Amino acid sequence: MTINEIKGDNSITLAVEGQVDTVTAPDLQRQLLTAFQKSKNIVLDLTNVGYMSSAGLRALLLGQKTATSKGGKMTVTNVCDAVMQVFTMSGFAKVLNIK
Amino acid sequence: MKELALMASDEALYTVLDAIRDALSEHGWEDEPTTQILISAEEIFVNIAHYAYGGESKEAWVKIDADENRCILEFRDKGKPYNPLLKEDPDITLSADEREIGGLGIFMVKEFMDREDYRFEDGQNIFTVEKKRP
Repeated sequence: MTINEIKGDNSITLAVEGQVDTVTAPDLQRQLLTAFQKSKNIVLDLTNVGYMSSAGLRALLLGQKTATSKGGKMTVTNVCDAVMQVFTMSGFAKVLNIK
Repeated sequence: MKELALMASDEALYTVLDAIRDALSEHGWEDEPTTQILISAEEIFVNIAHYAYGGESKEAWVKIDADENRCILEFRDKGKPYNPLLKEDPDITLSADEREIGGLGIFMVKEFMDREDYRFEDGQNIFTVEKKRP
């Protein structure tokens, strides 16, 4: 998994590519928390993510909680069907701000 | 049928997932059920790696039995007896603030697979899951 950070005017976009699993999720979590130190608004672009296990959900939940505690926003974009299925089944479709 | 004997650790995860992916691909399984099976396998294997031996990396065995119509996975370890099916399902209706980090792994297995069976036999946890091809 690779993560490309793109700075915007009022937000930072993290473009994730690859599988978000037990091995890679800690890296996503680290980069999310680092990005929240620079901006309170984060966009997580999942265009190139086709696999997410519960380890990835943990990282996203932590990101969402961080956004709330900072009065910011975490927006998840370009979710493919396979990952959306995981979000829906786990209740994360309602927990996350998905566009 | 293929059987893997390996050390239960995060590092071994891709060995397990690659073997399952290859077996399903060989029988022409589509992407969606393949991903669901792989996620389920990850949740079960990582559970063994993290908890079966109190954090130590010790032996685990994974049996992969796939054909055109169904996929059966059997996970075995010699760790402390633990039936993951007895774990209470998380409340998926809670808000982000109310939700705890974690607890979703075995729930995902139950949602994605068609059959789950646990038994403790000859000092081994044996967890078997099956998915029929949609």
